[in-house]
Amino acid sequence: MSEAQRLVELIPRLRRYARALVGDRAAADDLVQDTLERAWTKLHLYRRGTDLRAWLFTVMHNVHVNRIRALRPSEALDEDLLEQSQHAPQADALVMRDLDRAIARLPEDQRAVLLLVVLEEMSYEEVAQTLDVPIGTVMSRLSRAREKLRLMMFGPSATAKLKVVK
Amino acid sequence: MSEPHLSEAELQAFVDGRLDAPRRAAVEAWLAGHPEDAERVADYRRIAQALRAAFDPVLDEPVPQRLTRTPGAGRAWPRYAAVAGWIALGAALGAVTTWQWRDTPRPSAAAVDMGSTMARRAALAHATYSPEVRHPVEVGADQEAHLVAWLSKRLGTPVQPPKLDAIGYSLMGGRLLPGDNGPVAHFMYQCTKGTRVTLYLRAGANESRETAFRYAEERNVRVFYWIDRKFGYAISSADISRDDLYKVANTVYQQFNP
Repeated sequence: MSEAQRLVELIPRLRRYARALVGDRAAADDLVQDTLERAWTKLHLYRRGTDLRAWLFTVMHNVHVNRIRALRPSEALDEDLLEQSQHAPQADALVMRDLDRAIARLPEDQRAVLLLVVLEEMSYEEVAQTLDVPIGTVMSRLSRAREKLRLMMFGPSATAKLKVVK
Repeated sequence: MSEPHLSEAELQAFVDGRLDAPRRAAVEAWLAGHPEDAERVADYRRIAQALRAAFDPVLDEPVPQRLTRTPGAGRAWPRYAAVAGWIALGAALGAVTTWQWRDTPRPSAAAVDMGSTMARRAALAHATYSPEVRHPVEVGADQEAHLVAWLSKRLGTPVQPPKLDAIGYSLMGGRLLPGDNGPVAHFMYQCTKGTRVTLYLRAGANESRETAFRYAEERNVRVFYWIDRKFGYAISSADISRDDLYKVANTVYQQFNP
């Protein structure tokens, strides 16, 4: 199977990741489109035998980061919002909506790691390769992302007794 | 090593099922004696589950055409890209719904007046989805053929969104909603000023019942509704006058009764 065909087969996965990454359906598909356009013109740079998926997600990551830098100076977790979410979820639907909002509030780099691990089921090494960061960074971002999501979705009571996660 | 210790990385890897059997057993032993860590693991797994439940359905959505074309080159990407997206069509879409009845108790079966029930549900659906910036519709008008096929299949009868372009409203897309008598089709329209109008289309009405136009207001949402042959219709808007909404309703009616 050619790289082009394999690339096309990965489109639904790019869309899933993009949807979780940016939330909005149209914006997510815009990101996928930009990614594909870039990937298509750079495909000759892809080295055969290496992981095409990691390569493609790296392209998407770079496109995404560039777009964010162009749109806004920085993105930080809003601690006030964190403290507001003290209620316990009461139904699956509510969990879904809370999840949507909670993901959007994660810092970009932590969100990317969590989504690649959970949705793409990449190994930690693959995530490190895809995002071009050391594996220790992957682990600490993963840990922080999870703890923040947990706080946002299940409230401070869930985490009150815990020591701070490094 | 005097005392066993669970590293954070080890705990994360345990959550993700990335440990080999001996290490997994060691972590399990640790968790048995450390309920707070065990709770964390359980919560992290719930989050992972919720993430997959929320986003895995994207895998089964049809891939928009604009993503299957190469830029500039003018040559089409392999057709099976589109085909692959269509294969699992609709299967997952019905599975997850964020629709919820809040503070609206279900009326008893005997008390149900189908029309007013429908109007209230239509108003709630309008109030819920029309302000939505991110996900106003489940399937966009750019995939109208898919939208029509999908909703027709789920409603068990052919449904078609009316064309309202002549009165200034273009179709944004639609979604499937749970109704009191099976799935309901919900179409959203928008005019150039951004005003939105929704059509709530319910199948399976009692064929002997037909009604004239009726009007209702629910939570600032205006609704014209009627029952005609086997469909119930409700046109809702929060932003246009009763008279303007009547015009929309009339246009819809005429399209279904040429």
